[in-house]
Amino acid sequence: MKVLAFGIVKEIFSGSSIDLEFDNELTVADVKRKLETQYPKLKALASYAVAVNDEYAENDLVIKDNDEVAIIPPVSGG
Amino acid sequence: MNTDIQILDMPLDINACINWVMAPECGGIDVFIGTVRNHTKGKSVLRLEFEAYERMALKEMDKIAKEMLQCWPLHKIAMHHRVGILGVGEVPVVIAVSAAHRDAAFDACRYAIDTLKETVPIWKKEIFEDGEVWVAAHP
Repeated sequence: MKVLAFGIVKEIFSGSSIDLEFDNELTVADVKRKLETQYPKLKALASYAVAVNDEYAENDLVIKDNDEVAIIPPVSGG
Repeated sequence: MNTDIQILDMPLDINACINWVMAPECGGIDVFIGTVRNHTKGKSVLRLEFEAYERMALKEMDKIAKEMLQCWPLHKIAMHHRVGILGVGEVPVVIAVSAAHRDAAFDACRYAIDTLKETVPIWKKEIFEDGEVWVAAHP
């Protein structure tokens, strides 16, 4: 499963995306937990959200294969 | 179509935004123009680098415009955001709102920029002489 990175998360992942092992019943909370273990610097961010198919996702959302998953660090547009 | 929402990697055309929302039935146009400031917390800023999760950013900007149209009697909304490298004084964002009466245009325009800064997945990195920082990333 591909996870897209933006802003500072690209630096944390050392790239614009990473591959995460997909399994059934994987929730947004699970993805966060896995990523935080692999990339502890995520925990130092002011906050971050997960987007699934271009929408902010709640922690209990179950991710399906082929969903587009992205890590959204604190936004700073404008 | 009463909204014009774009993310562009070239200089924004402020006049085009204003002209697009202008209409005979409107009594006023409110415009917010964001500009690159030359300092942050006492440090000189050389340039900013903007990056967007484009598809999602357009979707979130569209949500903001729809909320504006629901909450205020507006005529048209133009919301353009730039990405890429911007120097001091350049314009990363333009929001133009037209309405029959000014209160709606003022309030909606303020709502648009405030909400954009909270929800739209766009990021900026400030480049200083002695380093760089992703704005708002860390507490």
